[in-house]
Amino acid sequence: MIALPHLYLLAGLVFGAFALLSAIDGTNLRRYRTAAFWGLVAASFLFGSLIGDLGNGLVALGLVALAALGLGQGKARTTTTDERRASAERRGNLLFLPALVIPAVALLGTLAAQNTVQGAMFIDPKQATLISLILGVLIALAIIMIWLKPPVLAPLQEGRRLIDAVGWAVILPQMLASLGAVFLAAGVGDQVGKLFADYIPLSTRFAAVAAYCIGMALFTILMGNAFAAFPVMTAAVGLPILIHGFGGDPAAVCAIGMLAGFCGTLMTPMAANFNVVPANLLDLPDRKAALNGVIRAQIPTALPMLGVNIVLMYSLAFHV
Amino acid sequence: MLVLLGIAVVVFGFVVRANPLLVVMAAAITTGLAAAWTPQADLAIMWLAGVDTLARFGKAFNDNRFISLVWMVLIAIGLLERSGLQERARIVIARIPAATSAGVLWIYLVARQVLSALGLTSLGGHAQMVRPLVAPMAEGAAETKYGPLPDRERFLIRSHAAAVDNIGLFFGEDIFIAIGSILLMVGYLETNGITIAPLQLSVWAIPTAICALAIHSLRLWLLDRHLRRSLSATAVAVA
Repeated sequence: MIALPHLYLLAGLVFGAFALLSAIDGTNLRRYRTAAFWGLVAASFLFGSLIGDLGNGLVALGLVALAALGLGQGKARTTTTDERRASAERRGNLLFLPALVIPAVALLGTLAAQNTVQGAMFIDPKQATLISLILGVLIALAIIMIWLKPPVLAPLQEGRRLIDAVGWAVILPQMLASLGAVFLAAGVGDQVGKLFADYIPLSTRFAAVAAYCIGMALFTILMGNAFAAFPVMTAAVGLPILIHGFGGDPAAVCAIGMLAGFCGTLMTPMAANFNVVPANLLDLPDRKAALNGVIRAQIPTALPMLGVNIVLMYSLAFHV
Repeated sequence: MLVLLGIAVVVFGFVVRANPLLVVMAAAITTGLAAAWTPQADLAIMWLAGVDTLARFGKAFNDNRFISLVWMVLIAIGLLERSGLQERARIVIARIPAATSAGVLWIYLVARQVLSALGLTSLGGHAQMVRPLVAPMAEGAAETKYGPLPDRERFLIRSHAAAVDNIGLFFGEDIFIAIGSILLMVGYLETNGITIAPLQLSVWAIPTAICALAIHSLRLWLLDRHLRRSLSATAVAVA
């Protein structure tokens, strides 16, 4: 059965290759720093289960130090725009096929692992989507290598080109999840809840609904993740005041509250994989700004949606 | 109360625009130290608390490695780009004369939201769909109509391509019953003595989903109008 440890081994080897190729890339002025960064990511994938908690903490600390010093961007060997255009003309719409193989395998693999005995024997059902996605990548890779016959190192060079474009944002989601664990252990959520309960007047139903929704959005903006905001705000306002106090329907309060949090996700650079990664992948000139183009394109939808969620919760969640 | 210093560090990091990885690590250490602080604490105790916090952070970092596995898709996408996938996407769109940037983005928004509502969230994403296909198609549609794009409009279209992926996903996925956020809510309510079925939660995501589609469709209509005005003006100026 394919499970996460196999994928960690694969990812470790791929990031290790990125590190080696970065180290010998003379066009990158900070090549050793870049190589060390991808090398540490590789080490985390390969040896993370062996080096103990403090060892992993030191790996994370090393990644932070390298990112703070600044990573370089290599020039991986790739094709020119003219070569690409010629290839696009020659190969036609078949080029879309491998790109669509990835989501198709991800979908079929997930369904097979969760619904059939054979699938569950082959793919660990607990991580079915992730494993199937990587399988899709490998199948697409095989198709491209056989059909288009690029140089053997091309997948690693092209992967390095894109991973360098994403840069340190690659590990921000993983770092934020770890920060969440530290916050949880220190009881940060309970304290925020107390603060809300003590200082914000929640005597009317509308004020309480607005405080819950806006609090969800604000806390999500800070943490970059509505999942982190939900337990905090629901313990502070949602459960004691909206549900137990005003008799709100728990399902409606929680569901709409979570969506109010998503409005925050649309407005924050801390939600790196949604807002920073695409800005890097699309080469936006303002990708390093706190409010990059992606976030600015989203704010005019996110703010009205926050208002919509407040109105919806106010009018739908209470059966009077 | 002292543990809230960690949040203050995040806010401060935001304001001075420090590297977000640095902000996260500083916030974690600050929180760990603040939780351990007492008026009697000496340097040795604080040092131990710092080491403990780093170990706790490291354990969570290791447990969450699966989050970073998705980057493996970049090797396949990069290889396809090398063979002209983005260029092909532009060629296809150029052959549809009625296609506009906003039209391409709107179709993707609807597809992304509907597919996410059916639980098919893995059929989209910035690395898999937006960079190789959606953004080139949206740019290509504008180029076919108005000729070469000024940087300002090109990056505006790209930003909107990323935005439709996020908005379609966020306001679609909660309609599906087996998505992470729904399961989180069910689990949370369960531990607080309230039992509800995932389906009860997901029906309440539908009104918001409809409003999000309406609002963002309006935004895309405005984008289309903006592009039509600014780009036909520059096209005339060049001619």
